[in-house]
Amino acid sequence: MTEPPQLAIATTMETTTFCLSGRLDARGIARVWQQACLAIGRVKSPTLVINLEKVDYLDMAGAAFIFHLKTLEKNRTQGPLPQIIGLKPEYAPLLSLAEKTDIDSDFKNPAPPHSFVEQTGKNSWDILSDARIFIGFIGEITWAMITSLKNPGRIRWAETLVIAERAGVDALPIVALISFIVGLVMAFQAAIPMKMFGAEIYVANLIGIATVRELGPLMTAIVLAGRSASAFAAEIGTMKINEELDALTVMGMDPVKFLILPRVIASTLITPLLTIFANLVGIAGGAVVIVSLGYPPIAYYNQVVNFVTWQDFTGGIVKCFVFGILIAATGCIRGYQTARGPAAVGEATTRAVVSSIILIAVFDGIFSIIYYYMGV
Amino acid sequence: MKKTAIKVRNLSAGYNNQAIMENLCFDIQSGEIFVILGGSGCGKSTVLKHMIGLIPPVAGKVFINGQDMVTARGTAKNSLLQKIGVAFQNGALFGSMTVLENIMLPLKEYTDLPQDAIEAIARVKLGLVDLEQGAFLLPDELSGGMRKRAAIARAMALDPSILFLDEPSAGLDPLTSAGLDRLILELCASLGITFVIVTHELESILTIADRTIMLEKETKGIIAMGPPKTLKQDKSNPYVYNFFNRSPEPGTQNVETKK
Repeated sequence: MTEPPQLAIATTMETTTFCLSGRLDARGIARVWQQACLAIGRVKSPTLVINLEKVDYLDMAGAAFIFHLKTLEKNRTQGPLPQIIGLKPEYAPLLSLAEKTDIDSDFKNPAPPHSFVEQTGKNSWDILSDARIFIGFIGEITWAMITSLKNPGRIRWAETLVIAERAGVDALPIVALISFIVGLVMAFQAAIPMKMFGAEIYVANLIGIATVRELGPLMTAIVLAGRSASAFAAEIGTMKINEELDALTVMGMDPVKFLILPRVIASTLITPLLTIFANLVGIAGGAVVIVSLGYPPIAYYNQVVNFVTWQDFTGGIVKCFVFGILIAATGCIRGYQTARGPAAVGEATTRAVVSSIILIAVFDGIFSIIYYYMGV
Repeated sequence: MKKTAIKVRNLSAGYNNQAIMENLCFDIQSGEIFVILGGSGCGKSTVLKHMIGLIPPVAGKVFINGQDMVTARGTAKNSLLQKIGVAFQNGALFGSMTVLENIMLPLKEYTDLPQDAIEAIARVKLGLVDLEQGAFLLPDELSGGMRKRAAIARAMALDPSILFLDEPSAGLDPLTSAGLDRLILELCASLGITFVIVTHELESILTIADRTIMLEKETKGIIAMGPPKTLKQDKSNPYVYNFFNRSPEPGTQNVETKK
């Protein structure tokens, strides 16, 4: 069993000798690294000798340690390198390999971290650049949509239908579940205080108006953002990494028309349809609560139908067209912006979902203000 | 005398206005196999991307059959792109389509041929690259060599006069790589296609290339041009000589084979 390394220092007027002994491997040098580096700083003699006679074992880590000591000594004296003595011949090649590093090379330090002000400026600039790119893409998609409408036969309808099925029909169960539970829970929460005033039946009004105007479109859009925007980003991002987008471009096919347009059309068409479905299921969720409170279903139905107007319904559905465009466009744009590397697609997917939800919330607010001034 | 298929004039290659290659000037003759080579990361693929109009160069012009690819827009660029074919390093086949559908796609897009005619043409292209048995496979189900051949077949779908290949032999075993070299030579001889190939596979270069240019990162330019066999013998530029003779440093001998 070899001994753990030791460092013994002998000093004369002319020479300081570092006597290293034991096993100089990665684990071993940890014991003497600090001690040796500090000792070099305190050397007063003009010459340093590193004696390796008692070293039992030396690997690349040990060789790097010796090389590091030589570098420190060179920096200290600004002159000759320390003398190495007692190196066993079998370890000489290792030391030669370590010494291939250019001792005078100036390793570039990484750029210092930005200050708070710089970082805030950089973040703001990134957001503005991102917004500019996003608006540019929206313009490109709109232009592609306009030119394709002039020649609808060029739109890839088969692909559009497949995407509509994946994003729409396959999303029915999750949309139904979320809408039903939201309707049910909201009705329960509203029924408790309203019962104190004997006004439980007006829960139907609340459920009807809230679902049709806000919750139906919003919940559907959020589900689609999580399901479809992420899927679009992942699909297009993977295609970008595999150079499939480049292949399309050099074949003279516009990736926006070929890939993005079918997704935008599919999403724009299925979002309102899914919302109508979500509205019905949400209202049904509220009905369960009202019926359990002892009211007949027809009373709930009459209450909803008499209170909710066509204007409310249309207002909700109009929003959905915009939400549909936003979801597909955001997913595709984030996919298109995918960088290189294994984490890029995951990052694009996350950005797609986050950006879609933010845009949905912002546009929902804008619609509320517009509807308020329009008296809808 | 052969016609000039591609003229590159004062091309500065790079991204975001940062040139990694400057003032490149060279001509590629019709029907020749022209190889762009250089060390890893020197900008070979970037030059190729400028030549095929995928990204705009920092400066300069690329004339393909007399028309400038850099400034071409809209239908002019589209008609120019139909004259060239590109096979990317990883094939870039569309993952959701079978190999046959991949080859049929450009034919569907640019011709009014009926479906059965398109399919028949696509099958012929697959036959050219000896891949008939893979027609109904998805790209994921193909081996590396098959994927490269499928990419060449798709690049030839519209019978281009110029084929650009990015690292065609990268990651292939020697036999598959040799098969691909033979395919390129056959296509060049029988169809008269001009090949522009980016690679640093020495054996392949020495086998197929008529002429080559060598790019160097440090000088940001072309350091050698000519037939590869001549460059291999030429000792006037140590970097070029060492590159062709696989010597790690100027003046040193080739790495010895293990005994």
